[in-house]
Amino acid sequence: MSWIILKIIFISIIFGLSLFIAMYSTYAERKIAAFLQDRLGPNRAGPFGILQPLADGIKLFFKEEFIPLKADRWLFLMGPGFFMITALMTSAVIPFGPDITIDGKSFSLQATDINVGLLYIFGVVSLGVYGILIGGWASNNKFSLLGAIRAASQNISYELAMGLSIVALVMMSSSLSLKEIVDQQAGWHWNVFYQPLGFLIFIICAFAETNRAPFDLPECETELVGGYHTEFSSMKLGFYLFAEYINMFVSSAILATLFFGGYHFPGVSSMDPGIVKTALSVAVMFGKIFFFIFLFMWVRWTLPRFRYDQLMNLGWRVLIPLAVINILVTGAVILYKMM
Amino acid sequence: MSVVRLTDRIKVMERKPMTFLERIYLPAIIKGMSITISHFFKKKATISYPEQKRPMSEVFRGLHILKRDDRGAERCTACGLCALACPAEAISMTAAERKRGEELLYREEKYAAVYEINMLRCIFCGLCEEACPKAAIFLQNDKLAPASFEREDFIYGKDRLVEPFLLKKT
Ligand code: SF4
Ligand code: SF4
Repeated sequence: MSWIILKIIFISIIFGLSLFIAMYSTYAERKIAAFLQDRLGPNRAGPFGILQPLADGIKLFFKEEFIPLKADRWLFLMGPGFFMITALMTSAVIPFGPDITIDGKSFSLQATDINVGLLYIFGVVSLGVYGILIGGWASNNKFSLLGAIRAASQNISYELAMGLSIVALVMMSSSLSLKEIVDQQAGWHWNVFYQPLGFLIFIICAFAETNRAPFDLPECETELVGGYHTEFSSMKLGFYLFAEYINMFVSSAILATLFFGGYHFPGVSSMDPGIVKTALSVAVMFGKIFFFIFLFMWVRWTLPRFRYDQLMNLGWRVLIPLAVINILVTGAVILYKMM
Repeated sequence: MSVVRLTDRIKVMERKPMTFLERIYLPAIIKGMSITISHFFKKKATISYPEQKRPMSEVFRGLHILKRDDRGAERCTACGLCALACPAEAISMTAAERKRGEELLYREEKYAAVYEINMLRCIFCGLCEEACPKAAIFLQNDKLAPASFEREDFIYGKDRLVEPFLLKKT
């Protein structure tokens, strides 16, 4: 019983934390964008503009609620909600820290350690595009529809390469459970050193899957007004924008988990188990996550947007063959080691 | 037909096919990202305006002021030369005669009872300042006409133009 309560508390913490981090990612995004462009960024709401996300949220709530006349009302309302839910669901299998012991019982800092965690993530992430697709289709607007179609085709193309890049990793770890993958990387055995090509393919695909620049074609303002969320206003738009940041947080967490040793860090993981070690491990995990979130933003404010044919070219003709080669090489090396 | 070169600054674009390193983008991406990150730590160009002000040039032409002389009397004699010189016709005034006992208020026998400048018409050319024979009107280099919601607020009367009276220590 108490185990369930603990789990519920933990899940609520992760839930709140995802929202909180997403909220402050919007602030960080604006600050980092400003700093990279020699500006100061938001600095009026509170000290250093720290209350800016609150102000933005309040503003979004008070905006006019607009539903186009010819829109499919139900699907129009469902789109943002669906996108948000799928974004939040992914964090369930991410291990945020090593097991802790409460009253002699071990409790893992992971909502659930299902043995096909990786597959679960892929499943939920590919569901995520339905939120965009439904919203874009339901708005009954050509720009929204074009954005939605772009999102769908982009996700399909890059999911392939992403999946293939993970296959090589799974071949090495011979497990789909994220917790096991993390624990195999203790010390300096981070997967990024064994799978640099896989990591490169994965991170490029992660940018494409989260619809972040340079692959933000579904909302490409220069061509499609606002892309799939052209017709959305007030908090429905807020949901779309917000879910994008949650996706970014989750992607960063997955990147850290799969390739950068998750909560392991050489000095930290060799310490005696205890509350200090747990706290440090969690801090290390979040440090890695924040680094990747920063990377996402850094790339966004550096690179120009890809053209659509370039995007498809990169996905199908470059990344997928590369991923296949990566699998072959990994397989050969594993075979050689076994012999 | 060969192109006649008029200057030596013409640069002919070379259209070579991209090399392998250029085609995989990554070196270019890393280069670009190192440039942006170097800007991350640079001094910011922003001036946080209300708290911080940009230093203005000594000869900047900002908001007008109607000066007083060293005894504190208004220098303007309502001759109208500034209004005549004004290319934007922004100045209007009504003259009045100085009464007995007002010598300390107005320097000349004639003075401006009403003196108005429409800051929306004014182009801050400074010709009024040049035209004035009494050195009465000047454009300050450290003040601007602030923004406002009403057009009426931009018609500056004597209340806002005349230099505040400062009691001098003697
Ligand atoms: S500055 Fe120029 S435009 Fe403005 S009041 Fe003087 S003369 Fe007229
Ligand atoms: S400001 Fe100078 S030019 Fe204008 S009316 Fe007064 S004295 Fe004449």
